Amino acid sequence: MIMDIKDIIKPENLVYQKTSVLTDNAMHYCPGCSHGTVHKLIAEIIDEMGIQDKVIGVSPVGCAVLAYNYLEIDWQQAAHGRAPALATATKRLYPNKYVFTYQGDGDLASIGTAEIIHACSRGENITVIFINNGIYGMTGGQMAPTTLPGMKTSTSPYGRDTSTMGFPLKIADMIAMLPGVCYVTRQSVQTPVAARKAKRAIAKAFRGQEQCKGLSFIEIVSTCNSGWKMTPVDANKWMEEHMFPEYPLGDIKDYLQ
Amino acid sequence: MAEKILMKGNEAIAVAAIRCGCDGYFGYPITPQSEILETLTEMRPWDETGMVVLQAESETASINMVYGGGACGKKVMTSSSSPGVSLMCEGISYIAGAELPCLLVNVVRGGPGLGTIQPSQSDYFQAVKGGGHGDYKMIVLAPASVQEMNDFVDMGFELAFKYRNPVMILSDGIIGQMMEKVELSPMKPRWTDEEIKKLHGSWATTGKDADRNYNLITSLDLDAARQEKFNQKLQAKYREIEKNEVRVEQTLCDDAEYLIVAYGSSARVSQKAMELAHEEGIKVGLLRPITLYPYPTAQIQALLPHLKGILTVEMSAGQMIEDVRLAVEGKVPVEFYGRAGGMIPSPEEVLEAIKTKLVKK
Repeated sequence: MIMDIKDIIKPENLVYQKTSVLTDNAMHYCPGCSHGTVHKLIAEIIDEMGIQDKVIGVSPVGCAVLAYNYLEIDWQQAAHGRAPALATATKRLYPNKYVFTYQGDGDLASIGTAEIIHACSRGENITVIFINNGIYGMTGGQMAPTTLPGMKTSTSPYGRDTSTMGFPLKIADMIAMLPGVCYVTRQSVQTPVAARKAKRAIAKAFRGQEQCKGLSFIEIVSTCNSGWKMTPVDANKWMEEHMFPEYPLGDIKDYLQ
Repeated sequence: MAEKILMKGNEAIAVAAIRCGCDGYFGYPITPQSEILETLTEMRPWDETGMVVLQAESETASINMVYGGGACGKKVMTSSSSPGVSLMCEGISYIAGAELPCLLVNVVRGGPGLGTIQPSQSDYFQAVKGGGHGDYKMIVLAPASVQEMNDFVDMGFELAFKYRNPVMILSDGIIGQMMEKVELSPMKPRWTDEEIKKLHGSWATTGKDADRNYNLITSLDLDAARQEKFNQKLQAKYREIEKNEVRVEQTLCDDAEYLIVAYGSSARVSQKAMELAHEEGIKVGLLRPITLYPYPTAQIQALLPHLKGILTVEMSAGQMIEDVRLAVEGKVPVEFYGRAGGMIPSPEEVLEAIKTKLVKK
């Protein structure tokens, strides 16, 4: 018997669907990039929590500058590194909204260190999603503060020499010691299991804003296969072998219920 | 008539902010304007009106907090002095590019660099011609008294929201620090969140309700043709501002043979110099631009037929004089007298300049 497709696509057969919080815009991210997965997780959490009308997102400068094209929520697009300052004012002026920043490692760990450290220090009741792929993606693969020792980038073409170019900056570990920060975790999204864990962490951080305990910080150790000049599969493997030892996954601090 | 209170210009800014229903002040200490933040934290407006007052970690953070607050459709402001405003210029450009309302106060001190903490007017170019990158304009108000420091806060917010554009009060260390009698503005309640949704819900990030598309605050458009179109829209707005919002004070200009053009503290000094000149039979008028952008070009031009010469007086090496010359188009001589680096001209010096540079010519 030949089944018609209409017999299969029925509400009772539905097991999964794209959340309406995600727009239908085609993503500009490279195939294999982690951003798309993280965007989807955030969109699903907003949908599941039913807070679409209460969320304000702040996008960075970097590849995720266009995050606002993909999530159907109110967005502010910040200057490079300044997202935590925008989020600070937004949350203080709208204490009952859920406010988050979405920042890469060039944005947050380089030009925006002052803003993130002081938002943490003041205990701003916001969530920070930090995508760490150890490189500047948008501008074409330059060295970031998070670049691994020896790692080749377009501005460390012979590998990052720590004697002249410094060491990887571990922002998550640094801010975990600040009393204004209630939750710090490091996650990844390269496998379904990892993505589910990351989703739980992001959801916990969003819900955590209701507890008013301070800033919640989710670092997602990510790939940039274009910048790393690898296939998506190789990039995932390289991340597991090289990024994870430098940026170990798991909770660093958890004061949330 | 309402009671008058003796206060500093900086204090007047703080009190006026609370009374006009300001939602948030974000600032960083710098002389000679720290009294604004100090007065606000002492008055604790968060208890009474719910106004947010926050000391930021830098001027960079302050202006970006203002960016976030303006994006929310709230009445937000910051204040600083020259070196701090230089740091804010990136953010001001973003705010202008994102078409957000906000109020900025620059209590100018002498520069360049760390310069001095004494008063100056050497940030005219920065305020009026740009400062940050890109083709943008701020509406710039120049108070010449503590009363105007008070009055321009509410007026600044009105203009900022009318045009969705940053407004700057360009003051200086004299007006910020000196004490005068002030009649306070009537108390206005802050907008409720519901009122903000109604007034600004078409563009502000108030949370995406089911009945509207999501709002996006950005200055980015990677498509050059669309970015040009947006620039043309900005320019059309600026032409509208130039048409509607010029404010100027003219004293004894109607039958003047000579004219002083001066703003802010320089106008106060020039007022006295004008009186001294009249005692000596020299017919001098004073034109005081209240808005530095938009500039009172037409008002200056209207006086030209009966003028023999113009003296521009500034506490700078000569910045506003360029706009005077643009207005005059070479039709009468335009001379300059200024002091720089935090020095203040005396009325006698200005009188001397009138005599040597204008009359004896």
